[in-house]
Amino acid sequence: MQLYLPIAEVSVDAFLLLGLGGMVGFLSGMFGVGGGFLITPLLFFIGIPPAVAVATGANQVVASSISGVLAQLKRKAVDFRMGIVLMLGGFAGSALGGWVFAWMTHLGQIDLFVQLSYVLFLGLIGAMMFQESLRALWRARRMGAAPVRRAHIHTWVHGLPLKMKFRASGLYISVIPPLLVGALVGFMAAIMGVGGGFILVPAMIYLLGMPTKVVVGTSLFQIIFVTGFTTLMHAITNQTVDMLLALLLIAGGVIGAQMGTRVGVRLRAEQLRILLAILVLAVSFKIALDLLLQPSELYSITPGLLP
Amino acid sequence: MIRALALAFGLAALPALASEEIVSGLSQNRVAITANFDGSEILIYGAVKRDSPAPEDKGRMEVIVTVEGPATPLVIRRKEKIAGIWLNRDAVTIDKAPSFYAVATTGPLEEILSGTEDLRHSITLPQVIRAVGISAEASDPQDFVESLQRIRLAEDRYRVAEGSVQFLEETLFRADVVLPANLTEGNYNVRIFLTRNGVVVDNSAAIIGVRKTGLERFLFRMAHDQPALYGAAALLLAAFAGWLASFVFRFIRS
Repeated sequence: MQLYLPIAEVSVDAFLLLGLGGMVGFLSGMFGVGGGFLITPLLFFIGIPPAVAVATGANQVVASSISGVLAQLKRKAVDFRMGIVLMLGGFAGSALGGWVFAWMTHLGQIDLFVQLSYVLFLGLIGAMMFQESLRALWRARRMGAAPVRRAHIHTWVHGLPLKMKFRASGLYISVIPPLLVGALVGFMAAIMGVGGGFILVPAMIYLLGMPTKVVVGTSLFQIIFVTGFTTLMHAITNQTVDMLLALLLIAGGVIGAQMGTRVGVRLRAEQLRILLAILVLAVSFKIALDLLLQPSELYSITPGLLP
Repeated sequence: MIRALALAFGLAALPALASEEIVSGLSQNRVAITANFDGSEILIYGAVKRDSPAPEDKGRMEVIVTVEGPATPLVIRRKEKIAGIWLNRDAVTIDKAPSFYAVATTGPLEEILSGTEDLRHSITLPQVIRAVGISAEASDPQDFVESLQRIRLAEDRYRVAEGSVQFLEETLFRADVVLPANLTEGNYNVRIFLTRNGVVVDNSAAIIGVRKTGLERFLFRMAHDQPALYGAAALLLAAFAGWLASFVFRFIRS
């Protein structure tokens, strides 16, 4: 069934969009990532103009994150206090990212900058997670049981001032690292048009030492606000949010997210992480390939501004 | 219908000025973009009206039909390999290029249209794309303009259909132009040229208004007139959908 999208000004198959939303929503619910790093490139691929894809992708991530958070909330797996601290950092980072985005656009190198960011961040984080979870899996198999994990491991992170109690995470740490992590994620969100869950999840596990069971819910909680902010900004400054497109992606996405959350609960943490790592590496590899191989069309057309 | 038209034109042989004139019409002068819009076919028909017998010495009669969508400025960028990475290097700004352009003719353009007439009426693609002063921006500006044509031809935004216009009964002709699904809103100019020996004998023009309607129009207008409200509505929609899904699934499970 073909559907004409009013803002994107293209006609696409409605069922294709539903399926796309469902698939990304499933992964989003399973891993606690918003899925922005998947939905945006996928929308490019089916012919949605990039500006509309980025803005509408953000809007769909809001819906799937809310659905995901509500599912996590029932399991008491959301650390609100941590989420709010991350969010505050996120807004600051987002504002800075927006400024850098405008500057790179002015230089005409925004595409390259975005692609390099994707390759660098996705590649780095994917590789780290992959290596770590592989080691954990291997260790578990050899010993026949999961390694005994201490309640918390003391690192330099615990020596900083401004300590705060995060009861849901069972942490008593300084607010500085979460603020910085939030800022980094907000920055990346503005540049790459993603929620930043794929950075947030490993950062919360490895940098902040949060227990895996609250990571997914807390990450989704913070993503709601970052992507909500992004959606509003795009709607106001560029008018590129396509509600009809969003509605279809959301319809597929929220259902997918619910199912993904169910599946995610059944999988072991190491398996979950290794799967996410593979996914992240695959996307990074694909984008790196686009940069390194000669494109079939060297020229590209973008709308110019009226003088 | 065509026979009736022929009759009508035959009767209305006014003792007018030029020897040959075009009388034309469109199957529709309005295209409504609705939610299930999937392209539209426009039939452009016409007749050649003459007050004296067809001139023998002036060559064959040929017809060129063009349909032009709203034009916008564009930036064309070219990738180059630098340090192993393909990145945008040179860029050229095109003053105006139509978002849609279709040319339909009775024969090959270079045979039925002379260069000077093309310059005067801007009929072929290179003439339609206005790129003044681009030579200062790159050493090979023509490559950029050619790439624009190549990309848009591949996207079906630009079409050149030589020989697709048919003459029926000597002076009647028809051209079918398919408007694609990814249509931009605006006025589409239809021009019809009658040529002999590459010279334009007469031309006529019409406008097709392409407008969004219903929900499409409502959303588009709201997004542009009240962006803050629209953004808030988009967020509310997302929040509600997220909550609804969660609620429904909880209900199903329990």
